[in-house]
Amino acid sequence: MTVYLIRRLMQAGLVLAVMSVLVFLGVFAVGDPIEILISPEATQFEKEEARRALGLDLPLWQQYLVFLENAVQGDLGRSFVFNMPAIQVILMRFPATLELALVAMLWTVLFGVPLGLWAGLKPNSVSGKTIMAGSILGFSLPSFWVGLMLIMTFAVMLGWLPSTGRAEPVTMFGITSSLWTAKGWAHVMLPSVNLALGQIALVIRLTRAGVREAMLMDYVKFARAKGLTQRRVIGVHVMKNIMIPIVTVLGLELGSLIAFAVVTESIFAWPGMGKLIIDSINLLDRPIVVAYLMMTVFLVILINFAVDVLYSVLDPRVRLKDSGS
Amino acid sequence: MSGPAAKSAGTTEPKAAAASASPWRLAIEEFFASPVAVVGLVLLLGVVIIAVFAPWISPQNPYDLAQIDIMDGRQPPGTQSMEGLTFWLGSDDQGRDMLSAIFYGLRISLAVGVVSALVALALGTVMGMVAAFFGGWVDSLIMRIVDIQLSFPAILIALILIAVLGQGVDKVVIALITVQWAYYARTVRGTALVERRREYIEAATCLALSRPRILFRHLLPNCLPPLIVVATVQVAGAIALEATLSFLGLGLPITEPSLGLLIANGFEYLLSGKYWISFFPGIALLVTIVAINLVGDQLRDILNPRLKK
Repeated sequence: MTVYLIRRLMQAGLVLAVMSVLVFLGVFAVGDPIEILISPEATQFEKEEARRALGLDLPLWQQYLVFLENAVQGDLGRSFVFNMPAIQVILMRFPATLELALVAMLWTVLFGVPLGLWAGLKPNSVSGKTIMAGSILGFSLPSFWVGLMLIMTFAVMLGWLPSTGRAEPVTMFGITSSLWTAKGWAHVMLPSVNLALGQIALVIRLTRAGVREAMLMDYVKFARAKGLTQRRVIGVHVMKNIMIPIVTVLGLELGSLIAFAVVTESIFAWPGMGKLIIDSINLLDRPIVVAYLMMTVFLVILINFAVDVLYSVLDPRVRLKDSGS
Repeated sequence: MSGPAAKSAGTTEPKAAAASASPWRLAIEEFFASPVAVVGLVLLLGVVIIAVFAPWISPQNPYDLAQIDIMDGRQPPGTQSMEGLTFWLGSDDQGRDMLSAIFYGLRISLAVGVVSALVALALGTVMGMVAAFFGGWVDSLIMRIVDIQLSFPAILIALILIAVLGQGVDKVVIALITVQWAYYARTVRGTALVERRREYIEAATCLALSRPRILFRHLLPNCLPPLIVVATVQVAGAIALEATLSFLGLGLPITEPSLGLLIANGFEYLLSGKYWISFFPGIALLVTIVAINLVGDQLRDILNPRLKK
């Protein structure tokens, strides 16, 4: 187990290091932020002065070392636009993104698992087939277009829900969130549903496949033979066995929810870090772009690592297979 | 995440040819047995024909400034332009006929999707076959890269590349290729590992054929069925991802307006009830993606012997 842990940890570290070089080198090549930040009337001297102040006059490798040294200390540079530490700008937006992703995750569990269960128990019924057809749509529809249609239907035509923005967050029990108020839920409704649709489709398919497989197992027959109710057979015996892959995938998909929030946040003007990155790419605000990419990459690696370790704890076959090869 | 996908690809074997008819013929007959798949195929053919012949069948050239008039801007569907042209799907803020803009946009979206999927297919196939055929550290290295890449969300990889490379058609294509090649590599490797141990490869080796010849003339054709399935799904994925990037303003430039850009242009008018500028390009995108997926779904059922009873 320890060997497995160390190997996975080293791999995660290596990926992070490679990503940091790629992101840094790449973002460096995008363009000269000085041209954007300083008014075109500025003299050559003023431009040079600004370049020096921002550390842009050093050779590339030196800039990278400075970047790395600071990054380890949690300093990913100062935003050119906000004139604040980039990591601070991003962390200010992070709660909004996390809130959105978590509510989307809630919908995924609340709708994905029961619908998948239903489709798996009655695979040939009309309702089961409708659910599966719906899940194909959920997979293949581009999420940004679904977002527009949600706005068009529920905000413009019906006028039930607000189309943009996030309600003012409130602090309660030490947690600051916009979800403590009804207005907050109204605002989070459309974006979170939009973000969740693809994941719901995924969980429906996973649950259905798991249920169909589990229903043929001997333990289900045995539980039935004992005279247990259908509710207990499915709710306890089947669910327990199909939950491992579902929980794993849900864990892994949290990273993907945070990454895809870029699209949802842009549509619904949700003030999270996804909207920030799009603005920053357009403004050539290099430190923010680098900090966002590094932080998201780090989050994804962290989530993958945690899920992998958890999985190998829950299921010894994974661990044994990996150390055997 | 890697386990099930690799396993299912690994156990996929080409269908044993029936004694009477050729396998291709059987597959085609089986394909037409599903009405849903036929509808998908018809829709897909329609989309491709429109995309290919867009300049000849569009009511106007939406990017020829002489043909459009800003006074015709934001007309609802069915109105007539000042020159007597009917805007069946309305017009955008520049006075462009949306129907023509959609035809041209389809052309660009499909071209970008297909080109990137084909290049990714070629790259992924070569990498996957090399990994399977040579094994050892080559295999470990390639598959480790694939594993790591697939553990990141596609949009994140695309964002990194766009942030790194900048914007433009070529950059978007590069980003799409980078996102996609790993799927092909994994699929091909899984199939090739199984095929490699078969007698016909042994026979070819005994005949002292050259390695490239064995790889490409003997091994590759037998790895094709699962690849075809992955390729259809990936084309749809590429089109959707390109549209998403263009919608975010990070994809194709304004001079190459794909469907995603058309939808983005109409976004600001959506809130004031002028739905058609975004809505109809979205429908075109939707029909394209769903049609490809319907065809891909049926192909998977036909080509996957595990689902055969």
